[in-house]
Amino acid sequence: MDVEILARLQFAFTIAFHYIYPPLSIGLGLLLVVFEGLYLKTGKKIYEQATRFWIKIFALIFGIGVATGIIMEFEFGTNWATYSKYVGDIFGSALAAEGIFAFALESGFLGILIFGWNRVSSRVHFFSTLMVFLGSMFSAIWIVVANSWQQTPAGYHIVGKDMEARAEITDFWAMVFNPSSVDRLLHVWIGAFLAGIFLVLSVNAWYILKKKHLEIAKPTFKIALVAATVFSLLQLFAGHRSADVVYKYQPAKLAALEGHYDSMAVADMFLLGYVNNKTQEVTGIKVPGGLSFLTQGDFNKPVKGLNAFKPEERPTQVNAIFQFYHIMVAIGMFLIALTVYASWLSYKNKLFEKRWLMWVFVWAVLAPQIANQAGWFAAEMGRQPWVVYGLLRTSDALSKTVTANQIIFSLVLFMMVYALLFVLFLYLLNKKIVHGPVDHGTKEDIEEGSKRDNPIMDHHQ
Amino acid sequence: METFLGIDYNVWWYLVFGAVISGYAILDGFDLGAGALHLLLNKELSRRIALNAIGPVWDGNEVWLVIGGGALFAGFPVAYAAIFSAFYVPFMIFLVGLIFRGVAIEFRSKEPGKLWRKTWDVVYCVASIIISLSLGLMLGNVALGISLNEQKEFDGDWLSFFNFFSIMVAITTLALFMMHGAIYLVMKTENRLYTKLYILARQFIIFFVLSFVITTLYTLLYVPHLGDFFRAHPSSFVIPVLMVLAIANIPRQLKIGKYRFAFISSSVTIALLLIMVALEVFPYLLYSKDNPANSITVHNAAASQKTMKILLIIALIGTPLVATYTSFVFWTFKGKVKLDETSY
Repeated sequence: MDVEILARLQFAFTIAFHYIYPPLSIGLGLLLVVFEGLYLKTGKKIYEQATRFWIKIFALIFGIGVATGIIMEFEFGTNWATYSKYVGDIFGSALAAEGIFAFALESGFLGILIFGWNRVSSRVHFFSTLMVFLGSMFSAIWIVVANSWQQTPAGYHIVGKDMEARAEITDFWAMVFNPSSVDRLLHVWIGAFLAGIFLVLSVNAWYILKKKHLEIAKPTFKIALVAATVFSLLQLFAGHRSADVVYKYQPAKLAALEGHYDSMAVADMFLLGYVNNKTQEVTGIKVPGGLSFLTQGDFNKPVKGLNAFKPEERPTQVNAIFQFYHIMVAIGMFLIALTVYASWLSYKNKLFEKRWLMWVFVWAVLAPQIANQAGWFAAEMGRQPWVVYGLLRTSDALSKTVTANQIIFSLVLFMMVYALLFVLFLYLLNKKIVHGPVDHGTKEDIEEGSKRDNPIMDHHQ
Repeated sequence: METFLGIDYNVWWYLVFGAVISGYAILDGFDLGAGALHLLLNKELSRRIALNAIGPVWDGNEVWLVIGGGALFAGFPVAYAAIFSAFYVPFMIFLVGLIFRGVAIEFRSKEPGKLWRKTWDVVYCVASIIISLSLGLMLGNVALGISLNEQKEFDGDWLSFFNFFSIMVAITTLALFMMHGAIYLVMKTENRLYTKLYILARQFIIFFVLSFVITTLYTLLYVPHLGDFFRAHPSSFVIPVLMVLAIANIPRQLKIGKYRFAFISSSVTIALLLIMVALEVFPYLLYSKDNPANSITVHNAAASQKTMKILLIIALIGTPLVATYTSFVFWTFKGKVKLDETSY
């Protein structure tokens, strides 16, 4: 395999694995703020227990998120040296801002969140929870700004030619608020909220099915359900806005999302289907003229198709992009149906009677995760063959000095390490869930605790 | 070239980058040192106390590395691209070390089983040693210079990174972190564990001084260009002199029980060491040893002046914020470690 495929494979693998965790942190962070806020306001023990329980799970998720995130920060330099030189001015500034404004805030207060219960007042603890949540939100801002600049570059000019060419900032705020960053940020934030909220729903649904911890599971399920319903609906709006930006600024990507080749034709919207990359035809269930309507408000207007672009200026893996995009949309619709139906049952006070629905919620934790991954794959593959849209090709962005063997070495290394991490993560997560939110501390901790009461036993070397 | 207080933006950013790297070495240095000596603590309770001494802060300390990476990427993209693609293999090993260090701390306490905990103890210790050594190895090669072509890209063999000088720098780095970590733990522990760590700290001081002296002698004899700055500016000898005083101050402060001052001295030692390295290599970020014309400097590797200005503003706003809440977190967990139900 050549260096380009390997480098892309490595980036896709490491970023996809990493992206399991930050959305969970963001979404859980939101609910932690809600639960702890309710605890401060009402003083009810169940909210304290819920907060303490979910902070432990947050710590596990955050730990792996950090470990796998540091790789990303340096992978641009290791595998994509030409890209790094080209965009350093812009992409580097966003990463530096992320480190100092977001990640530092998050990691700094995390210590108090996890270990500070007996060291600070409950108000200061709540403040720390809020700061960790805000830190994770700020992180998303800078990362999405950096990525959106790759999709819709703005506020820059190109200096130098050929190998020496690089983008330099001319207008910082135009770079930050490039045409797609705000809409994509909303889309990413909501996707992250849903990932975390559905984890809470899943675990609580399982407790309800097993008739465990009901006094905590039921009220926190209902809170999470309200949030899930609101954000599932909002995601429809945010997703549409994101697609609209793609229509305006990345027409080749938009065409690929629906497998639309012919510029003279009305563009359909598919519910599901299959793109034959060779015959350029799509078979499936469709709303005729649907894409034309969504983009221009008219079912009969043609939409620019892939054939309007030179073959070397448009994505080639159209069927894959089509599928990823449609998986994301289908899951989005499914989440709306699920949460609206459950909210209606909750309003009728029949929610917890439907065991089948609780089982759906147990497994629905996977849905936002799959949608988040699929959406990013569609967005990044749809941008090809460019790494910076219209400016720098992915094939030109590589590190010239890195060999295929070096990438294979690191790719195999990461695959083994991440497989191990993932197994351990699931094992420990499952263990914490089975243990449940009531009585914090394991048996071992209690034993250590009794030792602690004996000053002579203490600190013996 | 725009300037502020008579110093151009590039040099300012070099100073910021240097400060962040020093911050990382001082802060994560004690975590790594504590990790590297972890297996020398025998009892389960001792190991738990040592882990909880760094527990609430190690994650925040690691952030300095992320900020450093971002600072280099943004300010000196050419150097960022050249350094990480050149040091591909050692850097990947360093990153995998960081992954394992982090998850070992996180996972260890999640199961009470003896085998589980022993396994993570070993992973934690080995990962900390590997991280320290690979950091030192890369620092050594940056100081020494590597082969760069006209495109300012590495064109040598990565096995050449394992030269005597860089290996000595790697060992010195490990020794420095172990000394620093032991002093931090002395500050955070009581009774017998404290006594044991006190003895270890004194041994690591000797270990560090020995490896430092060997590295320095080797540098003076075989890598004379690294002494150019000090020969040209005799007044700069005040820095190594201060460093020797800082090192000498550590056992003195330990003896009279002023652990915090011992820790500060050890932090100052790290900072002065890095300042010496910075003065020796400046204005190079990456020296091309075969053809100095291909070297990467703070001027030919830099981002645009506009970006430099933006970055300096970001640093001016961000640094006081980070300093404030970092101090707040350290202040919250000050004093000796007390285990409770939230501990590792």
